[in-house]
Amino acid sequence: MAKPENELTWEDIDIGAIVTEPGSARAYRTGFWRSQRPTYDFRKCIKCGICAMYCPEGCIGQNKEAFFEADLYWCKGCGVCARECPTRVISMVEEEE
Amino acid sequence: MAAKTAVEGIEVSIGISEAVGLADADVIAAYPITPQTHIVEHLAEMVAEGELDAEFIPVESEHSAMSACLGSSAAGARTFTATAGQGLELMHEVLYVASSMQLPIVMAVANRALSSPLSVWGDHSDMMSVRDTGWIQIVVENGQEAVDNIICSFRIAEDKRVLLPVMMHVDGFYLTHVIEPIALPDRELVKKFLPPNRFPLPLNPDHPVTMGDFAPPVVYTEAKWAQEVNLRNSQKIIEEVWGEFHKVFGRKYSPVEKYRTDNARVLLFTMGSFSETAMEAVDKMQGEGRDIGLVRLRLWRPFPFAEFREAVKDADVLIVLDRAISFGGPGGAVCSEIKAALYDEPRKPKIVSIIGGLGGRDITVAGFEEIIERGIQVAATGSKNEYEIYGVRE
Amino acid sequence: MENYSVYVPRLLTKKNNFAPGHRACIGCGEALAVRMAAKAFPSNTIVVNATGCMEIVASQLPYSSWCLPWIHTLFENTAAVASGVESAYKAMSRKRGGDGNVKVVSIAGDGGTTDIGLQALSGALERGHDFLYLCFDNEAYMNTGIQRSSATPYGASTTTSPAGKKSIGQVTWKKNMPEIAAAHDIPYVATANPSYPFDFIEKVKKGLKVKGPAYIHVYSVCPTGWRCATDLAVRLGKLAVETGIFPLYEVENGKYKMNLEIEKFRPVNDYLKLQGRFRHLSEDDIKWIQNRVKEEYAKVLEKAKNDRSPKRLAAKSKRSAEKIPA
Repeated sequence: MAKPENELTWEDIDIGAIVTEPGSARAYRTGFWRSQRPTYDFRKCIKCGICAMYCPEGCIGQNKEAFFEADLYWCKGCGVCARECPTRVISMVEEEE
Repeated sequence: MAAKTAVEGIEVSIGISEAVGLADADVIAAYPITPQTHIVEHLAEMVAEGELDAEFIPVESEHSAMSACLGSSAAGARTFTATAGQGLELMHEVLYVASSMQLPIVMAVANRALSSPLSVWGDHSDMMSVRDTGWIQIVVENGQEAVDNIICSFRIAEDKRVLLPVMMHVDGFYLTHVIEPIALPDRELVKKFLPPNRFPLPLNPDHPVTMGDFAPPVVYTEAKWAQEVNLRNSQKIIEEVWGEFHKVFGRKYSPVEKYRTDNARVLLFTMGSFSETAMEAVDKMQGEGRDIGLVRLRLWRPFPFAEFREAVKDADVLIVLDRAISFGGPGGAVCSEIKAALYDEPRKPKIVSIIGGLGGRDITVAGFEEIIERGIQVAATGSKNEYEIYGVRE
Repeated sequence: MENYSVYVPRLLTKKNNFAPGHRACIGCGEALAVRMAAKAFPSNTIVVNATGCMEIVASQLPYSSWCLPWIHTLFENTAAVASGVESAYKAMSRKRGGDGNVKVVSIAGDGGTTDIGLQALSGALERGHDFLYLCFDNEAYMNTGIQRSSATPYGASTTTSPAGKKSIGQVTWKKNMPEIAAAHDIPYVATANPSYPFDFIEKVKKGLKVKGPAYIHVYSVCPTGWRCATDLAVRLGKLAVETGIFPLYEVENGKYKMNLEIEKFRPVNDYLKLQGRFRHLSEDDIKWIQNRVKEEYAKVLEKAKNDRSPKRLAAKSKRSAEKIPA
């Protein structure tokens, strides 16, 4: 797990400031950016996967019932999934404090 | 055991290319610019005839030449390029990236004056413009040194404790286009001396890495300090490599080279091919009973502070010849650095800055005698000027 | 073309070579495009990235969003660095054996391709290196704050070509980068759009498979710079194609092929009115744009329909200096 940047000493810097942990950005919680959040009416979900395909973050996966749901750790609340869903499962609501 | 190979008359540029061939470079990215053209032409020939198995990339500019070297070196290949003057300026921003990303690229720079007015002839203005780029920089004075130091440069650059790009400065025309007596090192010995390049974290699908992240203010200082510490520490390894080269090939190189400096109260300082002409002047004047000596820097970066201070500590006068004007500044760039290096010394010589040899203007043996006399005079009487310019018609 | 069964998206690989946690804007169409393209990258891909939005959002020290080997150096040299990587692997595998089978992919924005990166790209295409160049076109220098590039469309308001009393915004037509790439005689050129994902991914796969340089120009929606709602990334992409503004076509060995022939064009105003950067345009401006769009589309269609020349022989790889038999 990469040390956060404000704790790195000069000796922690790898050769040429290289980063050796692929995908380490997964640790960054972009979910804090949200001002609106997707909510779901899974009765209408046909599990087509179109929302997962069009999510700019790539944070939509399948939940326990195999319905497609956004991972709120990363979801920025853009609303592309809500707009593209063919059966109107998703609606965007204001993110509460 | 020193290996004796035949000494032949070889044009220095050709010698440099042959050395790159002996080092078995993998990728050569090259854009032509006078006076480096013979180096890349001969390399292209060597590849075309199958004498060197390498990818020769005829790039479309020097900026792309160094960029291609970045990619090639990052992938783990032994990489070489050559440039001069304006070409070095065009690739300027890429040089910083090469050193801070720690990519072991070797480059021969045929020192050339900078425009404008356009000048293809040699001086050190291009060398002075890249002082801060973070590269290891070695200056050579003759063809044999050029050939030897290409091979050493690869070994230094690729050493796991260093991993820094190396620039070898060789005077344009004065060296690149002259035929000198050169003994090309034996191929088998070079193979033993120069192990294969094993960059520790290359771009390789087996171990994905991310190179070239951006650094917010909170971490940039740490990255730069790490870079500086690494460059300073490389001097140890450079001397180690030169020591081993001496053992195998019989020729010794040091960060500071001294010529007849014992008991010399007046020292002349030069860098590059003019040093050999200066040696003639020193010999002549010593023959006349004067105590004049010559000091040269072989290792320009990292600056060898300890060795330099040691070399000049007993002198009364140090005359520094620069081959580039740092406009509006306090004199020759090299002289400024020397003054700074000696500033805190309890005993230091009087330092005189002389600038000459610009844009291919020759300095003869007699010229060096003049320079030395002028330097001694200025040291004695002082001068209103920050520096003296030698040879300008008024 | 894109009448896929609604369940086909599930056949896409779940692997994200471009991982979440990146710092792209909310609703970024370029991040969507890069993520999609990366689904087509095999595991032996090396990515060379220019300075730009996608580089900055993915690589803040000490993190990285990339699960493949990735290098970023400077803004204008992506194609040159890619040339170096490709040549290095060629030399190393030839001299020392081992698997030299890597795919080199260059990723750059429109600024880093059509403007400052044009020289390096032209050089790399001419030399015939085996790599794929993806230009993600969000139609301005977005990362530095929405300044115009030569890929900014006519009439768009950006910070360095603002619309005002004396100016309509961008006064020149968008530089035709796919044509410039095609003029280099390379085996594969294509335009692509993440709103047509399967076409896009097939094109990336084709570009990777081809021996020699391949160039794909990818349409990328930028809600921040285009001043549109954050959920329009896919919708605007579809409108761009349906209005004829962004034709989807391929050029394989010099032969043009229109991938989606529009029967009935949607008026360009449907596309323009959703974006704040075109808000200032008058009806006359829009009419002028409409005519020019029709013209440009017709040019491509003409090349596709009327090219009776035989399929050009795939050029012998320029990098192999083998003697041509007498």
